[in-house]
Amino acid sequence: MSSANGCPGGCPVPRELTPPSPLSFPPTVTSEQIEHLHRRFKQLSRDQLTIRKENFDSIPDLEFNPIRGKIVHAFFDKRNLRQESDGLADEINFEDFLTIMSYFRPIEMNMDEEQLDRFRKEKLKFLFHMYDSDHDGKITLQEYRNVVEELLSGNPHLEKESARSIADGAMMEAASICGPDQVYEGITFEDFLKMWQGIDIETKMHVRFLNMDTIAHCY
Amino acid sequence: RVRFLRGSRRGWRVAGSLLGLMALPAALGQRSSGSSINSSQPQSFAIVSFKWDHVKDPYIITLWILVASLAKIVFHLSHKVTRVVPESALLIVLGLLLGGIVWAADHIASFTLTPTVFFFYLLPPIVLDAGYFMPNRLFFGNLGSILLYAVIGTVWNAATTGLSLYGVYLTGIMGHLNTGLLDFLLFGSLIAAVDPVAVLAVFEEVHVNEVLFIIVFGESLLNDAVTVVLYNVFESFVTIGQDSVTGTECAKGIVSFFVVSLGGTLVGIFFAFLLSLVSRFTKHVRIIEPGFVFIISYLSYLTAEMLSLSAILAITFCGICCQKYVKANISEQSSTTVRYTMKMMASGAETIIFMFLGISAVNPDIWTWNTAFILLTLVFISVYRVIGVVLQTWILNHYRMVQLEIIDQVVMSYGGLRGAVAFALVALLDKDKVHEKNLFVSTTIIVVFFTVIFQGLTIKPLVQWLKVKKTEHREPKLNEKLHGRAFDHILSAIEDISGQIGHNYLRDKWSNFDRKFLSKVLMRRSAQKSRDQILNVFHELNLKDAISYVAEGERRGSLAFIRSPSTDNMVNVDFNTPRPSMVESSVSYLLREKAGPVCLDMQALEQRRKSIRDTEDTVAHHTLQQYLYKPRQEHKHPYSRHEIMHNEDEKQDKEIFHRTMRKRLESFKSTKLGINHSKKLNKIHKRDRGQKRRNSSVIPNGKIPSENPVQDFTLKEKDLEFSESEENNDYETLHLGKGVDFLANVTKQNFTDTPTGIDNPVFSADDDQSIYMKFSPWLSSEDTVVPSQRARVQIPYSPTNFRRLTPFRLSNKSIDSFLLADGPEDRPRSFLPESTHM
Repeated sequence: MSSANGCPGGCPVPRELTPPSPLSFPPTVTSEQIEHLHRRFKQLSRDQLTIRKENFDSIPDLEFNPIRGKIVHAFFDKRNLRQESDGLADEINFEDFLTIMSYFRPIEMNMDEEQLDRFRKEKLKFLFHMYDSDHDGKITLQEYRNVVEELLSGNPHLEKESARSIADGAMMEAASICGPDQVYEGITFEDFLKMWQGIDIETKMHVRFLNMDTIAHCY
Repeated sequence: RVRFLRGSRRGWRVAGSLLGLMALPAALGQRSSGSSINSSQPQSFAIVSFKWDHVKDPYIITLWILVASLAKIVFHLSHKVTRVVPESALLIVLGLLLGGIVWAADHIASFTLTPTVFFFYLLPPIVLDAGYFMPNRLFFGNLGSILLYAVIGTVWNAATTGLSLYGVYLTGIMGHLNTGLLDFLLFGSLIAAVDPVAVLAVFEEVHVNEVLFIIVFGESLLNDAVTVVLYNVFESFVTIGQDSVTGTECAKGIVSFFVVSLGGTLVGIFFAFLLSLVSRFTKHVRIIEPGFVFIISYLSYLTAEMLSLSAILAITFCGICCQKYVKANISEQSSTTVRYTMKMMASGAETIIFMFLGISAVNPDIWTWNTAFILLTLVFISVYRVIGVVLQTWILNHYRMVQLEIIDQVVMSYGGLRGAVAFALVALLDKDKVHEKNLFVSTTIIVVFFTVIFQGLTIKPLVQWLKVKKTEHREPKLNEKLHGRAFDHILSAIEDISGQIGHNYLRDKWSNFDRKFLSKVLMRRSAQKSRDQILNVFHELNLKDAISYVAEGERRGSLAFIRSPSTDNMVNVDFNTPRPSMVESSVSYLLREKAGPVCLDMQALEQRRKSIRDTEDTVAHHTLQQYLYKPRQEHKHPYSRHEIMHNEDEKQDKEIFHRTMRKRLESFKSTKLGINHSKKLNKIHKRDRGQKRRNSSVIPNGKIPSENPVQDFTLKEKDLEFSESEENNDYETLHLGKGVDFLANVTKQNFTDTPTGIDNPVFSADDDQSIYMKFSPWLSSEDTVVPSQRARVQIPYSPTNFRRLTPFRLSNKSIDSFLLADGPEDRPRSFLPESTHM
């Protein structure tokens, strides 16, 4: 992958675009990593200050990702970008880009229980928002079905129907986890948390940013 | 006569010696050599003769296996013992006891674990089992760490142990030994390797978390290449003498490491490819299908051995690489067979290995005691293992996302068990070249016993004491799988976006490659279609529900309906179904077929058996599927089949309605999906017809005079339909026939059932129909099927009524089904809320 090698021209980081202060950003991500991500950001945005949705189309490897749409969408989802806001952003700047990326930072050695819990919730919230496409705080059956359909769309042999029945089954399972309500309208975030109980997402949902040599500085 | 007597007397003696725990070979060898002179004398025809020599070897082997297996039973009689003491340790002790008895009876150590037997017959099944059931994702996810431990760790262990022993030897503590540095290094290299058999045996009982397990176990598997190379290199060095070892020889050794390990891996991958390819075409030889798995993987082992590559690596990678495709290709039954056979062989081999390790130790000839050497070896291997693990983990933790903590390191160091591989290797040594072979052998035995018994005993308390994270056995959950899948995609997308090449990126690329090329070549087309992990879990869960549903039904004693239409009646008719040329359809033909000759052809037999089971499966399964996937069953309100009939409110009708809708959708889907399904349909439908025909004892082709207005009418029409549809199995006639069939069924039921009432709609009525409905999705339009209770109660049962209904039905069918298919969104979304509250 040619694009993995970062900015081909070795473009310098312009002053006005220097990454946000390290305090606002999780300490697991080093300045080198930020620099790398910044280079990548520049590459994606074609040296603009912001990235738009179309910019993501230029990533060739993303093309085969069945849930590409959802993932790209998540980058522009304001719920992921800052607290207490809603809606969709048209474009994101580097800070936002980093915020999204920071959802995927690995767990830290020195986290205490409470931090760990918050960390976990943050990650799950990100996932939840990805499923909850109409921003109503519930993953409805229809939303779930859409996701499952997209997920399984990589398999050309699978009928839509199968995806549907799988989604239905999963929904029923979710409903059963969350107790017998009168009418189950959808998976709320609380239910979502319950579903993930026992799976240590914090050790799974992470990406190794940057090349090996900087990893040593991570902690 | 005399001979017979003597034979029997000898038989008693033999039995006696068998009881004396098989001091067989020597004793019998003498006896039979004596008797062979006797038998050479011309004698009259012997009615019974005793031919011990004839069966001696396999007999003894079988007896040993029997003893080992019986011992396992005995061990497990007491849970207290097996919970504390690992089985491997018990087996070694048992072996020691048996060896002692044999020795006492015989004074010749006739049974030892020979390297040939071990490497050719006992080791491959264990390693194959390990490879075939390897959690691939976990394995490849930790491959880097595993390789580091396996390669560097083993070299480190070998070098340090050998050198330290040599260093101590130079101080003179051990007294005089007839050895040089190379002998020590050779010994170090064979004692260095962690043994897969021992690790598996102990760790399987400990249940540490999967990452820890895969690292220790993976190391023990992959270090084989290192061990083999080191062993060979040092052995040849010892042979050529210390002086002629040059730098080029050492370089050759390093090169040979890469050749041996990579070559072994490649051989394994090649045979995995072959095996997957072969399993794609075994559809018509289902009976020997499982055999291929064993034969071809064994061939990979032998081939690697022949090329003097790492055989363990070959068979491990053969198992690892083929598992996905083979599991997808072979039938469910074969897959179960493979699983059980493999587990049985592996566990049997393991049992034998440990028992024979014990037996082999009872042989004064091999014992050479050298306290300093033995003790120091024990100390060195433990200490250097700890140091090695700590050092390597320190390096690894710089690169690992999930850190290996101190507790993990303790378990890893402590789990460095040595085992039968070391013993077999040391037994292979040539006494003329390695003069202190006996010392090495006895030391190895002590080391093996110490690690397996002492560490095996203490590792469990240690793990508990350290509170090592353990594996929790989880039920597969659909949500989990779905999220997991989404997760993989998300992570790889994030890597793409951030421009990294990480694990996820590589995995994503690999799975793309696999889907696009490998699977297309190596998987059956049908398997390609249905093979998706998520689907699998869905299927699995459905099956589980089905089983519990059946169990529940059987507990209530009301499941007769599931069996009656499938197994019992089909057996007789089933013979003629595979014959497409069946034009003759008279009763006589059926009868003839029914009383057909005993089928000796295995294939046909299998066919028959299979088709019975298949249809049974399908019928039962599809009946159940409608009710499946309802976790609510485990709720506070358990979904009771009897409850429904009590409160006959609207909700229920709705519930039934929704289920029926779903049912139909699904059955529609299944007919649309599976082309070969039609065959099955046809089969069932023919069978069904045959059954009906016999039941009603009606002459086919609609020639009977009608007496019973309802039934005969329907039957007649049905038969007419059938006689027309005999040649062409097209759907329409099929379903037409089915529809009428279905009608007949309903009416019959109404006649018989109404008085007693439909006390349990789900069990008696709805389900019963659903068996048929599966085959005729189009037909079951709402107004007749859905409110099945109402249908019974409200529709007057007169032939005219049906006549009126039938055409409507027919005209209705296509629209109905396609409407449903095209506009599935119309399917009430509310069904979920409606149905979940139950």
